[in-house]
Amino acid sequence: MTFSLAELMVCAASDVFEGDGEILATGIGLLPRLAASLAMRTCNPDMMMTDSQSFMLSRPNPVSGLRSHEGQANENWMGFSRIFDNVWSGARHALVGPSQIDRFGQTNISALGGTREAPKVQLLGVRGFPGNSISHANSFFVPKHSKRVFVAGECDVVCSIGYNPERLPKGYQLTDIDIRRVITDLCVMDFGGPNFQARVISLHPGVSLDEVRDNTGFDIAVSESLGETAHPTAEQLHIIAELDPKDARAKQLKDNPPGIRTTDEVSAS
Amino acid sequence: MEDAAPSAHIQTVSPYQNQKKAFVMNKQLDAHKAIQAIKSGMTIGIGGWGPRRKPMALVRELLRSDVKDLTVIAYGGADVGLLCAAGKVKKVIFAFVSLDFMPLEPAFRKARETGGIEVSEIDEGMMLLGLRAGAWGCPFIPTRVGLGTDVLRNNPDIAVIDSPYDHKEWVAMPALTPDVALIHATCADQRGVCQIASPDHYMDDWFARAAKHTIVSVDTMVSSEHFYDPAVARQVFWERNHTQAVVHIPGGAHPSSSDPIYGFDVEHYKDYGALIAEGGFDAWSHKYLGESEADYQAAVGGLASIHQLALPAY
Repeated sequence: MTFSLAELMVCAASDVFEGDGEILATGIGLLPRLAASLAMRTCNPDMMMTDSQSFMLSRPNPVSGLRSHEGQANENWMGFSRIFDNVWSGARHALVGPSQIDRFGQTNISALGGTREAPKVQLLGVRGFPGNSISHANSFFVPKHSKRVFVAGECDVVCSIGYNPERLPKGYQLTDIDIRRVITDLCVMDFGGPNFQARVISLHPGVSLDEVRDNTGFDIAVSESLGETAHPTAEQLHIIAELDPKDARAKQLKDNPPGIRTTDEVSAS
Repeated sequence: MEDAAPSAHIQTVSPYQNQKKAFVMNKQLDAHKAIQAIKSGMTIGIGGWGPRRKPMALVRELLRSDVKDLTVIAYGGADVGLLCAAGKVKKVIFAFVSLDFMPLEPAFRKARETGGIEVSEIDEGMMLLGLRAGAWGCPFIPTRVGLGTDVLRNNPDIAVIDSPYDHKEWVAMPALTPDVALIHATCADQRGVCQIASPDHYMDDWFARAAKHTIVSVDTMVSSEHFYDPAVARQVFWERNHTQAVVHIPGGAHPSSSDPIYGFDVEHYKDYGALIAEGGFDAWSHKYLGESEADYQAAVGGLASIHQLALPAY
């Protein structure tokens, strides 16, 4: 059975919602949204998700080829102001793609380099990251694992709270912060190492630990049960194809690499 | 109230009816007149979200004025981008400025990277709480949001306080009180009863409630009977005493969407991005802004073509 790297990553990302039960899952970006949709169709049917606009859906919409919201499986109105009522209740798990992630699991989507007055590159702004990170579970999706994303120091703009003792607010424990998993094009990580250190829990086919270390700006721990990332099942691939009928997933990663690569192919990518 | 004793010699029109007619409120103004409420140095709040239901015709009228040094509060799109590019802005209070399908708003990005504007960058939810505090007359609303992040380091004027009820610290999100709010709604009557028939009214109700003066542009004017339908009345998200001016501008949200009437104009946004990148505000305004909304609509292909724009589907 052949599958693409994007499909492997979608399946690994879908697993982060297993056991979450009735939570609002939000996947930002096409592959994260596909992952959340897949989870709702497989490992967590109780999950809740929106149409990315203003309604909660009983069945996820396709991520490609949608021409109209007419006839979708609406469950309740869910305008943006009401999203916050849910976010702040804690019953949510977001899967997002930050531009920078540091060793504390702090992230950045606001701006890169330069100064506060004049950043070198203005990105989106902090959006809802501060509130998400202190209120509910978060996982991260990284299409290209590199030292540009996994930075050596702290993020240029810390948009979300992480496991940084120096920034821990009064009355909080590091265990109040809930960063679940990081899915990249090389591996799956969590922050389950000593003192919440980032830790590799599975490597994608053909990927070596050195490859991950060479592309990460900080030291990482390795899980005792380190193995290969689970391959997509036939059922998962079938549902992915249904949820993405126009194959938009093939355009998300540069050159749409296959899921099973040789070590040389991984290094060359 | 008058004593209601009937009297035979008052037959044709009752004094009560005369009084009722004399006091029917009419808040309808043209854009030029409505925008005169905005003075240099004021704080304005702009409704909508990214590329959706932005009061763009009112923003364009502001671009044509000599107002400057504005503080702008918005869930920003090209409204914020254009005002920054035109040199109208002293400070932006924002959580994002984005066109969604074009994640980075081109004019805002340029303005930021050249360091021309002050910013207060806050969480999307903090902005909502600030508007609620403003609307309710509270100096602040406590929240966890922002703790542990650079939102607090970069906004030293946002206080962190102890709670009288627990041992944690809390962000005291200060009230946001715009002098003027600009909003685009689907329709309104002359008294300022506004309907938003789009799937989401975003935070527009809170902008209207927090501001001292609210100007609403609408695609259509309706009679008050329009609201007798309870399904329509449920799409009125703030009361008319929070609307001070109504401006009838069909297509007035363009290039943002006014769902269900028209979608946002992807091609126009792309051209806007290219013009800003090549020649800045002047290049865009030379091609599109004109002396009036009629000029602008002629330059973008006319109202009929705006009405043809497909609604977004994701």
